[in-house]
Amino acid sequence: MKHVSEKDINEEIKWAQINTDILQSLQNPRKAYWVAVAVCVAMLACAVVAEVYQYQTGLGVADLNRPHMWGLYIATFIFWIGMSHSGTLLSAILHIVHADWRKPIYRFAEAMTTFSLMTAGFFPMIHLGRMWNLYWVIPYVTDRGIWPNFRSPLVWDAFAITTYLTSSAVFLFIGMIPDLAICRDNSTGWRKKLYTVLSLGWQGTDRQWRNFRKTYMLMACFLIPLAVSVHSIVSSDFAMSIMPGWHVTSFPPYFVAGALYSGCASIITLFIILRYFFRWEEYMTMAIHEKICKLTFAIAMVWTYLNLVEFGATWYGHDPVAKEVLISKFVGPFAPFFWAMLFFGSVLPFALAFEKSRRNLPWMFVVSLLLNVGMWLERWMIVGPTLSHAYGPESWNFLWPSIVQWAIVFGSFGWFGLLFLIFVKVVPAVSMYEVKEMVFHRRREANPELAARFHRRITDAQSVTAKPGIEGA
Amino acid sequence: MSNKKYRILGLFSDFEEAFLAINDIKLNRVPGVSVDDVRLMSPIEHPEIEEILGERPAHVPKFTLAGACFGITFGFLFLASAQANFLVQPQGGKPVVPLPSNIVLTYEMLILFGVIFTVVSFLFLSGLIGGKKERLYSEKVGVDQIGVILELDDHTYEPTKALFKQHKVLEIREEVIK
Repeated sequence: MKHVSEKDINEEIKWAQINTDILQSLQNPRKAYWVAVAVCVAMLACAVVAEVYQYQTGLGVADLNRPHMWGLYIATFIFWIGMSHSGTLLSAILHIVHADWRKPIYRFAEAMTTFSLMTAGFFPMIHLGRMWNLYWVIPYVTDRGIWPNFRSPLVWDAFAITTYLTSSAVFLFIGMIPDLAICRDNSTGWRKKLYTVLSLGWQGTDRQWRNFRKTYMLMACFLIPLAVSVHSIVSSDFAMSIMPGWHVTSFPPYFVAGALYSGCASIITLFIILRYFFRWEEYMTMAIHEKICKLTFAIAMVWTYLNLVEFGATWYGHDPVAKEVLISKFVGPFAPFFWAMLFFGSVLPFALAFEKSRRNLPWMFVVSLLLNVGMWLERWMIVGPTLSHAYGPESWNFLWPSIVQWAIVFGSFGWFGLLFLIFVKVVPAVSMYEVKEMVFHRRREANPELAARFHRRITDAQSVTAKPGIEGA
Repeated sequence: MSNKKYRILGLFSDFEEAFLAINDIKLNRVPGVSVDDVRLMSPIEHPEIEEILGERPAHVPKFTLAGACFGITFGFLFLASAQANFLVQPQGGKPVVPLPSNIVLTYEMLILFGVIFTVVSFLFLSGLIGGKKERLYSEKVGVDQIGVILELDDHTYEPTKALFKQHKVLEIREEVIK
């Protein structure tokens, strides 16, 4: 059955109803919410225990040693950086091209960006071992007159991720100000105080809206190249080295496509969760879900193509060591994970290509999770095989990551989940004013007579000869 | 003769009625009140607001440009001066100030300072920081009503209220300024 007439949003919905429906999500949580919080805290606790253990005994317990210097920590770091991409990037692109179907979904997607970056940021620190020396990467001159090496892509990372985190968080916050004012006007107690501070006295005056519109557009213009540059720079951590399998020209676009892919898959996951738990069928409509699924499928195909390019470039590049690494991915000890990556990343997305499949939300929920499993495996397949099969024969071994690494990776999902759970109860996860704008525009599009009548009335008023001033009542 | 000053907020059910009221002000239906004095409060920004209120300035982009220029200049000079002073690190025949890596970092600084300047200018120019807030405010503006604010004197006070009523104003709030 075709659903061509399905709308992105019901344009007849009243603005007051939008406020009521969205603000409801901030009310006292139900039992399921606390269960989810407990699960996330338990997951996070696993990571904390593992990290404390690693502190006390050294990085050896993580099995991080030559040649496995990076392990799951850096693979997961890339995963979380990638996850951060779709939120802000898609929000910015869709804003610039006036694709208004982004409006009900961009808020939580941008929050996902910020929280993913906050999660990603932990991994280089954890991986350092001596976390208290993290400030060495900050570009300032030490008492020994030593600066960080600005030629190193790792320092570029620090610059790029700091810029991206700052810009994304600010972009998220600026976009929330009008909604925080609505929250302020509808809350009491500690929430009232919090929203009063956060809304900065927003009143929705024409001056505020005018500056807001310009600011939001300018920031969107900045964020698009920034997001692309961040993941290109992360790819430089690998591509700038001469390690076999990493020194590949196509790495930057490959990383960006992978980042968009995992981000889009996460948007589908969160979309379905929020739609189900907050009963937001009116806002997170099937038509919007369809669009995200199609977009994800398209990006999946780009990612698949770039994989083939990478394999082809390595194979025909005739670098014997790089070729060995590639072969070891196909038939070596990493083969099960490599094939799983290809299955989840390139075959499973075809579930997004069929309407019947797309409209089955429980199935789509599972698919979106598996897509992200594929994308996590992709990052591990970038880091692991090369380190296990580099130039020196002494490095040729397969090392299964230790329980400490797994626990910290596992806990990072708990940390992300916890941040997101707090977010949806403190801030409206759907933008109220943007949904109102969407409804307003859609109503005018659906009833051109409305806009025509408005213009006619204005014109009629102007054509009447200026009357003498209206006397007091 | 009293010379009181008033501030009034008229709340309208939709943009159409509010804009028609403003349009009447524009057409000088209330002598002594100019469209330039009108301030609007709304739950969203109307796409055609400039047709009614006229072009009003928004200077944020100038600060964005200033921020981006500052980011480029500061970013590059900061890196170059750090590199030029960092002679402990052996350069091995490579340039002391390497352009390729500095371009990457300068690019990030361009964006960072562009964003920071944009946001700070937005906060000041829209009156969110250090600005005077409207004392007449209604929570209904955050829901679905449109507010029109004017500051009036004795001569224009009653005619403006009459104009608002003519355009089906839902509620008028007012205060005496002096």
